[in-house]
Amino acid sequence: MIELTGFGWRYAGRRAWAVRDVDLRIERGERVLLLGLSGAGKSTLLAALAGLLTDESGERAGTIAVDGRAGVLFQDPQTQLVMARCGDDVAFGPENLGVPAAAIWPRVRAAVDAVGFGYPLDRSTHALSGGEQQRLALAGVLAVQPSVLLLDEPTANLDPPGAALVRQVLARLDTTVVLVEHRVAEALPLVDRVVVLTPDGIRADGTAADVFARYGDELADGGVWVPDHPVLPRRAAAPAGAPLLTARSVAVPGRLAPTDLDVCAGAAVAVTGPNGAGKSTLALALGGLLRPGSGTVRATPALAGADAAARPPHAWRAAALATRIGSVFQNPEHQFVTGRVRDELALGPRRAGAAPESVRSTVDDLLTRLRLDRLAEANPYTLSGGEQRRLSVATALATAPRVLVLDEPTFGQDRRTWTELVDLLAKLRDDGAGVVAATHDEDFVDALADRTVRL
Amino acid sequence: MTAPLAARNPVAKLVAALVPTLALLTTLDPVTPALFLAVELAVLPLFGISLTTLVKRGWPLLVSAAGVAVAQQLFGTGGWPASIGLALRILAVAVPGIVVFATTDPTDLADALVQNARLPARFAIGALAAFRLVPLLGEEWRLLTLARRARGLDAGRNPLAHLRAFGALTFALLVGAIRRGTRLATAMDARGFAAGVPRTFARQQLIRPADVALMLASVALAVGLPLLTVALGVFRPALG
Repeated sequence: MIELTGFGWRYAGRRAWAVRDVDLRIERGERVLLLGLSGAGKSTLLAALAGLLTDESGERAGTIAVDGRAGVLFQDPQTQLVMARCGDDVAFGPENLGVPAAAIWPRVRAAVDAVGFGYPLDRSTHALSGGEQQRLALAGVLAVQPSVLLLDEPTANLDPPGAALVRQVLARLDTTVVLVEHRVAEALPLVDRVVVLTPDGIRADGTAADVFARYGDELADGGVWVPDHPVLPRRAAAPAGAPLLTARSVAVPGRLAPTDLDVCAGAAVAVTGPNGAGKSTLALALGGLLRPGSGTVRATPALAGADAAARPPHAWRAAALATRIGSVFQNPEHQFVTGRVRDELALGPRRAGAAPESVRSTVDDLLTRLRLDRLAEANPYTLSGGEQRRLSVATALATAPRVLVLDEPTFGQDRRTWTELVDLLAKLRDDGAGVVAATHDEDFVDALADRTVRL
Repeated sequence: MTAPLAARNPVAKLVAALVPTLALLTTLDPVTPALFLAVELAVLPLFGISLTTLVKRGWPLLVSAAGVAVAQQLFGTGGWPASIGLALRILAVAVPGIVVFATTDPTDLADALVQNARLPARFAIGALAAFRLVPLLGEEWRLLTLARRARGLDAGRNPLAHLRAFGALTFALLVGAIRRGTRLATAMDARGFAAGVPRTFARQQLIRPADVALMLASVALAVGLPLLTVALGVFRPALG
């Protein structure tokens, strides 16, 4: 059982409370979906329940009581697995709790069986797919025999088969569960109660049907993925124009099998396929960042002019490349090279030789269009996930390339950023740009793609 | 890993590898390190390591030992015996280390350091977990390099620009590594690591009689070989 009364938490050095006035009681065996807009304090509340907020890291208000021990499953399997071998990793928790050596291995086997993990215990944790790693991480959490299981977006980093695998395991468990997940439709079958959190306490609490009937619109506007609030598709208004970039039998040994693809003006192409099929590699090759092992990537004269089109994009100088093909990486932080949002946007146009006056107007225009104006002086590394995504797209647009290549652009984004991104890309396409996106977000493909290439 | 000495306790192997180093610090002559190296190469099969494997793993060392010998010959005063002695000492000190790490599983090493050498678990297990993230750094570096090109940055032929790019990449790599390290530490804490409860060990590491024998043999060599070279009159003490 979990009981919070008037609970609040303020991190040391912050003026605002991350979360406050939370009154919440969760009975043994209940399965709760914790929803909230980004910045509502979900992660803070979860950390509090897990006992991870220490007295020196901030200030507490009210009371919090958790019967027994909490176990936490985080997003990223890479940074949860501790040991090199699967069995050793599951044993890590019991070792920490001082479970006698003879009792550890039976516990490990029970936990591994509970999640249906089918590999031998001496298997290397590196040799597992993301979904299998996350299933193993869950076994590691169960091995400490938690009375409540806290799940912090446990499927967010996985491809659809991996996510389905983990959800299937979670559905079978019969412990108390508190789940944070902004992809609500997938999470609902796993829970019997929905709690909506704001920074000022609980906004709604009840069955999914109740909560979404009363607060569905408000939640959807605030960025939560509410079921039955579909996003309207943005299909191309006009048929695709001339090809801008063509890939013929492009392959990279061990990473990408031979693939053909045309990027046309005024069209959006989605590249889909399971993890490891080479989506990111294809995106890098199309972006002129990687020399293909075999096959060719060619720009047409329409994109690059006759001279430059004679050479493949990976042989172009970087400044010229950025004015023709823009690339947006999966992790925005990989692309940040300056200490200020404004400098980040000015960099590309400046390198391309634009006049200071035109650089300034480009930057101001992008800051407004992508709602970054209030952050112009901030350090890119300090932005939130949604803000970083918008900035990384804006930096690619700053040099006005006619082809935009994106790798998992919607990964981990709330509904609001997601919708803005789709609108922005649809507008670019309708203005005559060619858009390619490697993605496993099916909603994104449905909403935007005029054509899909499956690897 | 069925070779008799490869299967020994990792701490025993570490001790056996370190003791000769102390002995080698006492002398400047080329014969003593040559004898140590000969013994080390002779016991290679007992660790299940072929000479080829050793060269594959240790070739940078061979190169640097040769480099040091040449430099010593060009700029030093001792002539060839001193130069070759220096190179042999580098190899005689390094070969046991290569052998230990080639035959020891990192998990076993961390277990033994905690259980037999009484190192804090926070250090040994923490380092073990952190090392799991090291292979990710290579891929990260590659992506960072490509992302800079996508941003319109290339260093071209300007060496100063290359240096600046290297600094920026290192910084970005560090930021990412710290982010991941923090997440890993949180996940470990959530599983009760360093909670103050005395840990138990799922995998037992014991010092067996054979491990003691290995360490004693190493000590015997460390004492015996210098005594032998003293008797032969080739020993040149490093001090005095």
